[in-house]
Amino acid sequence: MRRSRTVTHAPDGEFGPDLAEVFGPRQSDGGPELVQLLTPEGERVRHPEFDREFSAEELRGFYRDMVLTRRIDTESTALQRHGELGIWAQLLGQEAAQIGSGRALRPQDFAFPTYREHGVAWCRGLDPLKLLGLFRGVDQGSWDAQEHHFGNYTIVIGAQTLHATGYAMGVQRDGAVGTGDPDRDAAVIAYFGDGASSQGDVNEAFIFAASYNAPVVFFCQNNQWAISEPIERQTRIPLYQRALGFGFPGVRVDGNDVMATYAVTQAALQRAREGSGPTFVEAYTYRMGAHTTTDDPTRYRLSDDVENWKLKDPIARLEAYLRRNGLVEDGFTDHVAAEAAELGERLRAGCKQLADPEPLSVFDHVYADLPPELAEQRDGYAAYLASFEGAQA
Amino acid sequence: MAMISKDPVQACTATTLRQFDSSKKMAMALRKFGKDGISIWRRGFSSSAGLESSSTRDATPVNLFTAINQALHIALDTDPRSYVFGEDVSFGGVFRCTTGLAEQFGRQRVFNTPLCEQGIAGFAIGLAAMGNRAIAEIQFADYIFPAFDQLVNEAAKFRYRSGNEFNCGGLTIRSPYGAVGHGGHYHSQSPEAFFCHVPGLKVVIPRSPYQAKGLLLASIRDPNPVVFFEPKWLYRLAVEEVPDADYMLPLSQAEVVREGKDITLVGWGAQLSILEQACEDAEKEGISCELIDLRTLIPWDKETVEASVSKTGRLLVSHEAPVTGGFGAEISASIIERCFLRLEAPVARVCGLDTPFPLVYEPFYMPTKNKILDAIKSTVNY
Repeated sequence: MRRSRTVTHAPDGEFGPDLAEVFGPRQSDGGPELVQLLTPEGERVRHPEFDREFSAEELRGFYRDMVLTRRIDTESTALQRHGELGIWAQLLGQEAAQIGSGRALRPQDFAFPTYREHGVAWCRGLDPLKLLGLFRGVDQGSWDAQEHHFGNYTIVIGAQTLHATGYAMGVQRDGAVGTGDPDRDAAVIAYFGDGASSQGDVNEAFIFAASYNAPVVFFCQNNQWAISEPIERQTRIPLYQRALGFGFPGVRVDGNDVMATYAVTQAALQRAREGSGPTFVEAYTYRMGAHTTTDDPTRYRLSDDVENWKLKDPIARLEAYLRRNGLVEDGFTDHVAAEAAELGERLRAGCKQLADPEPLSVFDHVYADLPPELAEQRDGYAAYLASFEGAQA
Repeated sequence: MAMISKDPVQACTATTLRQFDSSKKMAMALRKFGKDGISIWRRGFSSSAGLESSSTRDATPVNLFTAINQALHIALDTDPRSYVFGEDVSFGGVFRCTTGLAEQFGRQRVFNTPLCEQGIAGFAIGLAAMGNRAIAEIQFADYIFPAFDQLVNEAAKFRYRSGNEFNCGGLTIRSPYGAVGHGGHYHSQSPEAFFCHVPGLKVVIPRSPYQAKGLLLASIRDPNPVVFFEPKWLYRLAVEEVPDADYMLPLSQAEVVREGKDITLVGWGAQLSILEQACEDAEKEGISCELIDLRTLIPWDKETVEASVSKTGRLLVSHEAPVTGGFGAEISASIIERCFLRLEAPVARVCGLDTPFPLVYEPFYMPTKNKILDAIKSTVNY
């Protein structure tokens, strides 16, 4: 098996041996081979290559992030059912994959999401009300991508992976790769799903990233489903093994294990920042909810599958670990629950107050400047609106 | 002017004989079609003038996705070398158009594809090139663009570049298009104009369940690659009597849905129902509108539109897609060439705004009944 090029050790030697070596396939004892540091039962396990110590503060932080992210998700789903949102894409079950990877990002790193990365948005400091504005349709997805280093949601499947690769190539050309300065070296992370891995755009992104050694982490949340199509329709081999075919390392991590996801993503991001190029991280998880609120998964999947995955819940396992190790004896979980309730209330109230935009602003931002013909169309339309009896001036 | 003739069987058969290959299968289909009389029922959804019921046959009120489902059932049933595939079609599809097909015809013939539109189109071309009927679904027309290269550079040119030695005429691409009230940027687009600019392709858009079943079967059986856009807004909303039998409606033949004398309105798909409402409102104000459903956008029935505008002297075209470069521009230019001296007013186009399809602004973006009514009045009063 061809090895990808040798990488230098991380500056603090945290990650041990040659990272390129460790990303290859590993033998497992039955289940899918994947990197895991926390079992579904909440037991800490060691991994020869990707282990690290986590402080109590970090772990409690993950727990809080995941609980609040789940609350954003369930609240938004409810809001959609009440007609306050046009649609919502649920991330239920994928909290660890998103929080683990999201928290591994440095401020100067840039994330390109799909339309489901509400947990990563949370990590990037985006007010969840901004997400609601998009799904309510009153706001054309516009948060400042540069402010949060978090791109706008991309509905067209996989398109953002090419954008991420181009952006990463730009980061290279700006000299922000391999300087050794932890505040300057930057990586890009491209989020996409198992279904997206079949799209031409995604495979082309792999080709470009490999060809230019771009500092991009391809983070695939394999949640097993593309609407009704199971993963078997998309691929004949584990997704992370595709990366080797394109010329860069791939690793599969337990996407419901926030510790492992954090450790693996951090390693991959560090590889990119150092100038060692792209990595494919497959976060093996499960879409516990529907594809979106317009989907009904009972029509195509067995509830047994879903029940099995409930036993692997990302939050439950971390909570079990925290309790068992006396890390939440100060009423922390109650405090987080109260915080979640407050967040829910804020979202409910905030959502209903999101204002409808002015009708004529439909013409804004088609181009950088308003072309004369479009200005004419807008003026004509303004006159049309004004022509109605009782129209406001 | 052209209308559905009093003998619908004869009209369709004549057209089909012109259009279809004289392969054994086609002959069988035609005989079957000819043997079964069909009745054109009064459409609850979209009224047509001058229709008659011929021999009574079984017909059921069904919605658009059920009519399409029936067409697909019949297509698979009558041609063992036909296939239906796309994303999520196996469980019935996100709009239920493919319900029951996999169960009845097996997963070798009705199957899911990987999530790759370019792949679906290219794969379908290959399957069609060996004499199969490849009925491929693109889940939303908004996602058809990766497939554009395959459709424009390959499907449309197969026959031409091979000197008629090779073709992928068995290709039909079905795709839901158009506004649905909450589709936003990427579940609402009307991309028909892009495909109308491609010699070698046909573009067909039905306005109702009855039309959809007949036009889809005709498209599947047509020996040219066809892009068939289905108005998603009408999947559940439109219900009308649809014959249970196998029947086809002619391609490249527009239909005068409503007779009038003051102005000709032309549209297709879901916009027909909006145009119809505008006709009714205009009637109350003493304006008599003639309404034409184009049905096939390329090659389109210029004769029917020309004949109508020769009578009325005025033309208004309406479509959801943005006005600039939309297919209304082609209709306008062609009719002006043919009817210049007859025209009493400029050709009006009431279309989507020249912006990407918006989110909550949708009601402002759309070519509504009121906008059409306004344009009818200003055209008539020009």
